[in-house]
Parts: sequence; C-alpha cells; structure tokens
Amino acid sequence: MWDYVKLIVLAAVAVIAAYAASHARDLAFLVHMIIFMLFAVGFFLWQIRHMGETVHNQNEYMDGVVRFGVIATAFWGVVGFLVGVVVAFQLAFPNLNLEILQGYGNFGRLRPLHTSAVIFAFGGNALLATSFYVVQRTTAARLFGGNAGWFIFWGYQMFILMAATGYVLGSTQGQEYAEPEWLTDLWLTIVWVAYLATFLGTIIKRKEPHIYVANWFYLSFIVTIAMLHVVNNMVVPVSFWGSRSVQVMSGVQDAMTQWWYGHNAVGFFLTAGFLGMMYYFVPKQAERPVYSYKLSIIHFWALIFLYIWAGPHHLHYTALPDWASTLGMVFSIVLWMPSWGGMINGLMTLSGAWDKLRTDPVIRMMVIAIGFYGMSTFEGPMMSIRAVNSLSHYTDWTIGHVHSGALGWNGMITFASLYFLVPALWKRDRLYSLTLVSWHFWLATIGIVLYAASMWVTGILEGLMWREVDANGFLVNSFADTVAAKFPMYVVRALGGVMYLTGALIMVYNLWMTVRKVGAAKPAAAAVAAE
Amino acid sequence: METYTLLRVFADSWYLLFMTLFFVGIVVWAFRPGSRKLQDDAASSIFRNDDRPVREGASAPSQNLGRSQGAH
Repeated sequence: MWDYVKLIVLAAVAVIAAYAASHARDLAFLVHMIIFMLFAVGFFLWQIRHMGETVHNQNEYMDGVVRFGVIATAFWGVVGFLVGVVVAFQLAFPNLNLEILQGYGNFGRLRPLHTSAVIFAFGGNALLATSFYVVQRTTAARLFGGNAGWFIFWGYQMFILMAATGYVLGSTQGQEYAEPEWLTDLWLTIVWVAYLATFLGTIIKRKEPHIYVANWFYLSFIVTIAMLHVVNNMVVPVSFWGSRSVQVMSGVQDAMTQWWYGHNAVGFFLTAGFLGMMYYFVPKQAERPVYSYKLSIIHFWALIFLYIWAGPHHLHYTALPDWASTLGMVFSIVLWMPSWGGMINGLMTLSGAWDKLRTDPVIRMMVIAIGFYGMSTFEGPMMSIRAVNSLSHYTDWTIGHVHSGALGWNGMITFASLYFLVPALWKRDRLYSLTLVSWHFWLATIGIVLYAASMWVTGILEGLMWREVDANGFLVNSFADTVAAKFPMYVVRALGGVMYLTGALIMVYNLWMTVRKVGAAKPAAAAVAAE
Repeated sequence: METYTLLRVFADSWYLLFMTLFFVGIVVWAFRPGSRKLQDDAASSIFRNDDRPVREGASAPSQNLGRSQGAH
C-alpha cells in the first residue's frame, strides 16, 4: 500500500516539476525543476521494479545508506578540493578566468561552488554518513523511519546539485555560506526535518540506557542548523516560477542575522558535528574509551552555550552597536575553554597508547586533526579581539584561519573516519595500504602548512599595507599594490592546495582498493554473536 | 516598554541567571557521587553492538554489565 502512495507522490512531483520547468522564468529555476523531475522519474522507475520488496530487519543495522554516504563524501571531497585549487590558481593568475567561461566559470561563480562543495557536500555527507553509523552503534538499534535514511541521503544530494548548478548559473541570494535561493532552501528544510526525525527516532528507540556523548553533539548540530537555516533564509519569492527572492530583513539586522548564522554554521556544522565524529572514532581507533566522560559532558554544554553568541565578532567596526560586537568578542574568547577542554579530552584518549602514533597512520591523522582543532580555536578567538581584527579583517589571514580549521580539523578527522569506516562497512580485514595512508597524511599536512603559512604572511602584509600612511596622513599603498605584493604567496597557497588534493586522490585509490582487493574480515565477531 | 528593551533586560538578567545556573547544575550533575560507574559504562558502550542491534525484546548488554560492575 505504502509503495503505491510513493508511486503516486513521485509521479505527481515529476508532472508538477515538468509543468514548472515549462513556466520557468530563469535558467537556474529551469535546471532545478529538471533535477526534480529526473530524480522523481528515477525513483518512480526504481520503485515500480521493487514493489513490496523493501523489508527492514530490525536485527540488522542499516548500513547501505552509510556506504553511499562514504562514497559521496570521498567524491564531493575531491570535487570541492579540485574547485578550490582552480580558484586558488585563478587568484594567482587572473588569465585563468577564461573568456569563454565568463559568467559561468569565473572566480565569482566558482568561489561559492568551492565553499559549498567542501562544507556542505564533503562535510555534510561526512556528517550524514558518520551520524547514521554512530547513532546505530551507540543506541544498538536500527535506524528509525524505514527508508527515511535513503530519502535524506538522496534529498541531500539533490540539494547539493541544486545549489551547485544555481551558483554557476548566477542564482544566489548573496549571503556567505547561505547562497542558495528560496526553492533550494525550502527543499533542504524538508530534508533536514526528516533527518532530525530519523536521528531523534533512533535515539528514542535505543537499547542502550545512556545516550552516548557523540549523539549529543550530532543532535545539537542537527537542531541548531535547522534553526539557523530557517531564520537566515526568510525571504519572499518574486515568483513561484523563478529562483529570485526578496529578503525580509535588511541593513544591520540582516548583517547580524547573517553572521549569527555564519558563525554558528562554523560552530555547529563544522565543530559540534565533527566533535561527534571525534568522540566516536578516536576512542574506536585507539581501542580505549574517551579520556574523561565528565569532561565530555561539560565540553558539550559549555560549547553549545557559548558558540551561539560569538557571531558579532564578524562585524567589528560596522553599523552594529559596540555592545553587540563586544559581546561577540567576549564570548569568542571564553570559547577557548571548552574548545581546549575538548582538544585535551580527544588527545588524552591516547594516553597509554601513544605508541600507536608510530604504527597507525590513521591515529596520526586523528591527532593532527585534533591539533589543528586546538590551533584554529586558539587563532579564532585571538582574531575576534577588536584590535587584532582591525589588522586581520578583510585580509587573507581570515582565509588562512578558515583553512587551517577546515583542512586541518574537518578534513583530517573526516579522512581518518573514512579510513575507519570503509573496512568496517565493507567487512574487510584491513586497509589496502598503510603506506598510502602515510603518504596522504604527509601530503595533506605539508599542504596545510604551506596554505596557512602563506596566508599568514599575505594577510599581515595586506593589513599593514592598507593602514600605512605617510607623513601627511595619506595612504601609501593602493589596493592594486597589495595584490601585486601577494603574488608569490598566492602561488605557494595554490601548491599547498595541489598537495592536499593529491592526498585525497591517494585516499580514494586506497579505499577503492580496500574494497576491491582486501580479503573479507575474519568472521570471529559473527561467531561470538551467534552463541 | 519597547519589545527590544524588554527582551534586552530579560536577556541580561533572568535568562542569564537561568543559563548560568543550568550550566553550574550540569557540572554538579556530571560530578555527582556514583556517576563514575555509569559514565565508565557509557564511555565503553561504543565497544559493544558493533555488528548488529540488540534483538527486539532483549535487554541491552550494558544493563547486565552495569549490575555486575561492582566486581571491579
């Protein structure tokens, strides 16, 4: 019966999307409707060939969707890094904004494609996959909601495709990290509500009495992103048949809402969610429980209480009232405490097992990830201090800071989790090659160091050049002077990106070969469970 | 009173007090006597149930483990 309902809904969606496509007022809307139509038709055909076949065995974990999530993470990671390398070279060599690509492939169009691809496509799929894996293992229950997990996975890939095609075709509401227009936003809202229901439903039907700390971090990430997304995307569409919209808020209120959103996207998407990964995969890989469970509880509550206030530090020296930006600055500095508490908790999980650093490159990757977490959560509050911000803001220092967090913390902990997950999900004995993991580790680490160091140099150089005045009080340098001065550092940064991308490609090869070439895991665990 | 002023006064008085007390309560709760055993059990829960869920109707292994944990 339920399968027939699905067929009717999918057919209706396909027809409505086709009708909307024929009325489209702009190219982006047309493409989005075609995406809707193709997905609906695809799932209609799949469903009609598999009527009544789906059975959800409550005595098995739902790992198929996690496997797809792992593949999507690796795929979007490579895409996102590749676009990042392209835009880095476009900045160093402006001629790469090729004439035939104007309006589609120039820096302005590719930059949001890069940021969204790495944050929402790579990071988002990593969070989806790991959260589904972790919540099932730590609650000892199958994922709640039947096929909802699949809806969330494919719905999220649709969101990524809509956002990406929208950016290239110029459909953007111009808010950093919240660029997608109203239709894409609405679709993500639907997917996200399903995600929340599935995650919460699994926790509610748990067989373990306690909700493991990683799930608290994942849950706060899901809830907060829902809130941020809805509030920051309050718009009125110009037409039902077009992608354009008008924002409800304007001026300083809009700016404050945008950076409340923007900073908490960092705080809850890139920090809380990934801390959930840290609290599960680091103890698993080290085969030791987390250093202090008490500290993890305090870490969680302190982090979510403080992060939500830190946004105004993005708006120093603007129309925002001083008290608000001071508040943001103070809370950013207080954030040192939970951030470093969490870092210590992650690192000390290895106490008594430090020898694993020598033998296990995956552990090494986790340690460097936590190290970069500590470093960027030190750097961030420092840059939020008004006096430091007057030098660092609008310069490449900010970009360096973001990348030491994103490449170092988010990227490395995700790679380590993928190295853990692939043998576990495909029931393989081990990884194909630890040597290749070491290669990945060193390429990525040196790549990040080149990236961050060159951006520190160019950021401080820019900041100092912009404020330099001569004896008569005139500015010494024009903007173009700073651009010329930055050239060598831009080349170094792009090379760092190439190294990071190469490392990711080595990882993809290694994971592929793990699935293809490595023998099945010994069935010891199954034998124990069958007794 | 303006909505802005009302919310602002509420935010930096009663709500601030509530959040502070809530947080202090969390810390006290984390350190309450007898919490160590439960926390150790939770911390090691990730090493159970790797391959399949606990069967319908069966109690989680941790609950048995929790009772027998007085041994060590």
